Amino acid sequence: MLEATDLAARRGFTRLFSGLGLKVEPGSALLVTGANGTGKTTLLRILAGLSTPVEGRVRWRSQTVTPFLRSLRQDALFCGHLAALKDELTAEENLAALVTLAGVKASTAQLRDALSAVALDRHAGLPARALSQGQRRRLGLARLYLIRRPLWLLDEPATALDAAGMALVATMIAGHLERGGFAVVATHQALDLPPARVHSLALS
Amino acid sequence: MQDDGAWSGVLWALERDLRLAMRSRTELGVQLLFYVIVVSLFPLATTPEKSVLSLMGPGVLWVAALLASLLSLPRLFASDYADGTLEQIALSPYPLPALVSGKIIAHWLTTGLPVVVLAPILGQQYALDGEALAVLAATLLLGTPILSLLGAIGAALTLGLRGSGSLLALLVLPLCVPVPIFGAGAVDAVHAGLGAAANLSLLGAGLLMAIVGAPLAASAAVRIALD
Repeated sequence: MLEATDLAARRGFTRLFSGLGLKVEPGSALLVTGANGTGKTTLLRILAGLSTPVEGRVRWRSQTVTPFLRSLRQDALFCGHLAALKDELTAEENLAALVTLAGVKASTAQLRDALSAVALDRHAGLPARALSQGQRRRLGLARLYLIRRPLWLLDEPATALDAAGMALVATMIAGHLERGGFAVVATHQALDLPPARVHSLALS
Repeated sequence: MQDDGAWSGVLWALERDLRLAMRSRTELGVQLLFYVIVVSLFPLATTPEKSVLSLMGPGVLWVAALLASLLSLPRLFASDYADGTLEQIALSPYPLPALVSGKIIAHWLTTGLPVVVLAPILGQQYALDGEALAVLAATLLLGTPILSLLGAIGAALTLGLRGSGSLLALLVLPLCVPVPIFGAGAVDAVHAGLGAAANLSLLGAGLLMAIVGAPLAASAAVRIALD
């Protein structure tokens, strides 16, 4: 279970949120919504152990999360709003590098499967700089097929995606929840997720 | 010792950074050309007098090596920081110092090693004899990795700052001062008949200390930059 109590964060001298509590149970997702600049990304970075909150604490499987906590680095998959792609490398090389970095060994066939799942199989050999924004986003999502982690932290996964891409994201998250996974998703778009499994958190 | 994937981490970063370097070969070529030009300018701008040139040769070759290393340092972490890869690196289950070490090794292989190889050839312009050139190459072999290691700390500390390139130079140059002093001093010591053993030992000791300390310090700085 992912839990946070009494979280507060600020950027510069501006207080983004305070007294924030949340709880994510196995098989359920937390949708974080809110206008631009309300702290969605900051919250996700705190949950991922990248940033330290000003107040409060986060607990993952009853362990208090400290920055770069080892168990969280093994359990959580963080997809930030930066795609972590190298322009010089091809789509397939980018995916292989990110998957290996997460400690997962994937065969070429598995990489190809993941690329075709996000409809990029025809562009596997294309340098990432030649991909469109939506395709870059899809390439980032292909990781989710190969890196099996219980906790997904997704920052705006549907940005720049077309209708089919958004449906794909929703299906992926729903499948993950079905398997008992956890997800925290910051999003502006309405994702078609099973309502029984989804809780919302609106930041203001 | 418990296997926490440290070697896999080193290899991952090394392989990826070398591959990226191979994809942008022109940039590497420009840096080497910079080194060649700086070293070649001194004999042209000062004097063709052999005795003067052989006296200042080792110092010039060393200072140029320092500048060439500095030229490529800002990119060590900055591009990974800008495109989000550094977040993924810091969140990887592999130990961060291992990944940082891999990046530093790749930086040395692409910028330090070519300088070591070129130095004996460029040294011909300074009328240095065979023994002096060999000693000079040995000091560069021991010293240029120190520049990459210390430079990595500076590159990580200046991540995300405005004007980080010039700040990086101000931060790293004073730290690196002993390296060219011992490096160029080794050649003088040989000329004076003292042998280069003392200077080479000091450089070796410096290298060992930097290998132990720099990846840890750079990792800590990377984590601070991401917070």
